[in-house]
Amino acid sequence: MTTPSNIEYQECGAGSMTVVRPGYLPLYLLLGVAFGYVLTRSEVLSWFRIQEMFHFQSFRMFGIIGSAVLTAALSLALIKRFGLKSISGEKISIPAKHLGSGIRYAAGGTLFGLGWALTGACPGPLFALIGAGVPVLIVAVASALAGTWIYGWLRLRLPH
Amino acid sequence: MTISLNGEWPWYVAGPLIGLFVPALLIAGNKVFGISSNLRHLCAAIAPGKVEQFRYDWKQSGLWNLVFLSGVLIGGFLAAHSAAAHAIAISPATKALLSQQGIHDFSGLAPRELFSWSALLTLRGFVSIVVGGFLVGFGTAYAGGCTSGHAISGLANFQLPSLIAVFGFFAGGLLATYFILPYLIGVL
Repeated sequence: MTTPSNIEYQECGAGSMTVVRPGYLPLYLLLGVAFGYVLTRSEVLSWFRIQEMFHFQSFRMFGIIGSAVLTAALSLALIKRFGLKSISGEKISIPAKHLGSGIRYAAGGTLFGLGWALTGACPGPLFALIGAGVPVLIVAVASALAGTWIYGWLRLRLPH
Repeated sequence: MTISLNGEWPWYVAGPLIGLFVPALLIAGNKVFGISSNLRHLCAAIAPGKVEQFRYDWKQSGLWNLVFLSGVLIGGFLAAHSAAAHAIAISPATKALLSQQGIHDFSGLAPRELFSWSALLTLRGFVSIVVGGFLVGFGTAYAGGCTSGHAISGLANFQLPSLIAVFGFFAGGLLATYFILPYLIGVL
């Protein structure tokens, strides 16, 4: 039985704790621009596409998510097979996720799913949409920050 | 296979391109692709308060991701301004269903009836933007990731927690789609 206090605030978007040197930051900016561009042109950030997906009326979103996972999985297999290093020379390794009771994934996942359908956007698309011409979603981002903050505040009292 | 300059990309182009961000970030600096941790970094940067979870050096661990995120916003802007504006070509069945529920403006990326400054003051706009946004922030923090971190990075790395989270994403999404939105959209 794991108690919340010994569960670190686990998160994706982490990986190596090595601090990125300022000289490398433009590379991340460029990758971000590319990602925002792809999200917009592929239309995965569209409320309409999300509705179409949740009504199972098109294969499109499932094809996109499925082929994205497949591409990422094949890339990871290649990286592991050849023991690749990052361009800064660090050995590439991905920390495993801690299962615990699993409640956080089921409950947190469901709450996020509700928000995903209501806003029609997950976190990346929220930001891309602000750039792409739906500025009112700044309010959704502010509200998402409030949600994250309240989670941090309640964390020790929630089942994980 | 052609990637049209205007209009949407086919799924088999869009999906693999999205998937490639996982190895790209690993190769760039051994970083794991995941957007929602930026919400935590922003909390730490703006208003850590007395919450232990937000009292850490966000510049050390999260600056790269926040820089990536600002790029996402710029990328959205560039994409929207480089391609001719067009309506999202959703399936006729979805369009008919949404029209029936009360959506009539199909011209943008999101319906203006729900996502505009004037809609913010209506119940359906408030729930879509403010309540939806809150659930995105709370849910991703609780689950420890969103579509990028769990559905893509996590599933690609065969993580059971991510699979549970993705089931949750769809359970929540279907609940909202079938039991909330049909009633919400009809309310002005």
